Amino acid sequence: MFKPRFDIRAQPGFGFIALFTFFALYLPIGALVAYSFNGAESLSHWDGFSLRWFEAAWQNSAVQDAAIRSLIIAVWAATLATMAATMAALATTRTEPYRGLTFKYALINQPIMVPEIVTAVALLIVFSRIKVWTGYSGLGYLIAAHTAFCIPFAYLPIRARLESMDLTLERAAADLYATPWMAFRHVTFPLLRPALIAGFMLAFVISLDDVVITEFVKSGGQDTLPTYMLGQLRRETTPEINAIATVFLALSTALVIIVFIVNRRKQQ
Amino acid sequence: MKTAPENARSRDIKNRWLLSLPALLIIFIAAAGPLLVMLLYSFMAKGDYGDVKFGEFSSEGWFSVFFQRDMFDDTFGLATAHLSIIWRSIQLSFFTTLLTVILGFPTAYFIATRPPSSREIWVFLVTIPFWTNLLIRTFAMQQVIRNEGLLNNALIWLGVISSPLQIMYTDTANLLGMTYVYLPLMVLPLYASIEKLDFRLVEAGYDLYANRFQVLRRIVIPLVMPGIIAGSILVFIPSLGAYVIPRVLGGGKNMMLGNLIEMQFGSGRNWPLGAAMSITLMALVMIALIFYVRNASRSGAGHV
Repeated sequence: MFKPRFDIRAQPGFGFIALFTFFALYLPIGALVAYSFNGAESLSHWDGFSLRWFEAAWQNSAVQDAAIRSLIIAVWAATLATMAATMAALATTRTEPYRGLTFKYALINQPIMVPEIVTAVALLIVFSRIKVWTGYSGLGYLIAAHTAFCIPFAYLPIRARLESMDLTLERAAADLYATPWMAFRHVTFPLLRPALIAGFMLAFVISLDDVVITEFVKSGGQDTLPTYMLGQLRRETTPEINAIATVFLALSTALVIIVFIVNRRKQQ
Repeated sequence: MKTAPENARSRDIKNRWLLSLPALLIIFIAAAGPLLVMLLYSFMAKGDYGDVKFGEFSSEGWFSVFFQRDMFDDTFGLATAHLSIIWRSIQLSFFTTLLTVILGFPTAYFIATRPPSSREIWVFLVTIPFWTNLLIRTFAMQQVIRNEGLLNNALIWLGVISSPLQIMYTDTANLLGMTYVYLPLMVLPLYASIEKLDFRLVEAGYDLYANRFQVLRRIVIPLVMPGIIAGSILVFIPSLGAYVIPRVLGGGKNMMLGNLIEMQFGSGRNWPLGAAMSITLMALVMIALIFYVRNASRSGAGHV
């Protein structure tokens, strides 16, 4: 029998392009981090290693406020989105198709089907009018908007988990006279927990990252960290923006690594 | 009279509606509903300081997406400024998709042909930039292509050029930025489809004396076509609506449709026009999606 003496999977040049891609993916991020340790007044030249811009960012009250606001919104949005998505996932899985099921899928996934800028201006139209009518201009609008576009992301892992879940245990609980609530509390919920954590984390990161919708929905003085950075990028930038971006980057990478490790442990 | 199981089923469905109500309500209030309001706005007369004149219907908004009145002789002409920006968005999104395929396909192929134990790590390395804030990645790209950035410094140091290349605030900057930001969206679905590739078919190709290029063109690429199409749609759609990248890297002269829409709601104070443009953008996305569904079903059917 003819045996190829070469690796049939190999394609010439692919490895080179792949390594170039990985290099290109990390080079800009590396440059951003490196320049955050720049001691110079501006980004135009390098003036030795320094932590001064991290210190400046830490003491900048606008940055502090924006960071706290980002966290408040993300915690609220991720919590509400996870709760709503869990209920919706329970309502759309483990059932025969029923009238309205497709409608539910379509509506739940709607926020990720439409370009963000379109949702953003649509929210601007509606919320600016509600602001005039009610006089309320707090964080509620941002939390509502973030919750809405976080729901599909939280829904995804929770639905996947519910669909692959073995129903025998719940039936056993019912046979042992557990009420539906007790069965959920003691059987379904513990099995669902990893997916709930993954869904919450996804929603949290998505909310923390949002620029476009926040930029259009926020009232005056309601900058989050990303919209603050966007505002700063209009003028001559100092390495302070790099320092903020570096810390932000470190935090979100840490979150992603945690999710990665949790998922890995679950599989083993 | 309903039978007992029928009653149980309708009760079950009622409960399911109650359970899904919060999610449906939130999305209707803060995402889907506003889109309907926007549709209404696109057919109203523009207000003097933004907003619209309620109850005064007008097709002016839709009209001015495509046409403009000549200031002097009151004749109509094509709205060249708008159309050129729409055309630029389509072109840039197309080339972004092309570049991400050129870089993403070999990358996904490379990952899929690693030993199973190390694949996970390579995929993870693609995922980290994917989960990094879009604005931060755009800003990171700026560090490379700005006049005193990494690229220009390296080229000057190597003696290739003597004065920095102006990349920032050009279409090239937009293209590089979008390719960089959306590349993981191409690699991940491509990897998923290449990983499922049956290499016995590749082996059969070689047995029939195909050379490497023929195997790639006649066997590998057709088989992973669904992945290429899925990746393309995932890259093309957000590129078309890009707002942050052109704003940071493209500057005022190299706007895309997203920035044009923003302008109508900001300094342009023409909300009906902005609303009509948003719906135009959604229509373009729909066209891309329909194209995708058609091609996906065709290429899927070709191999079963």
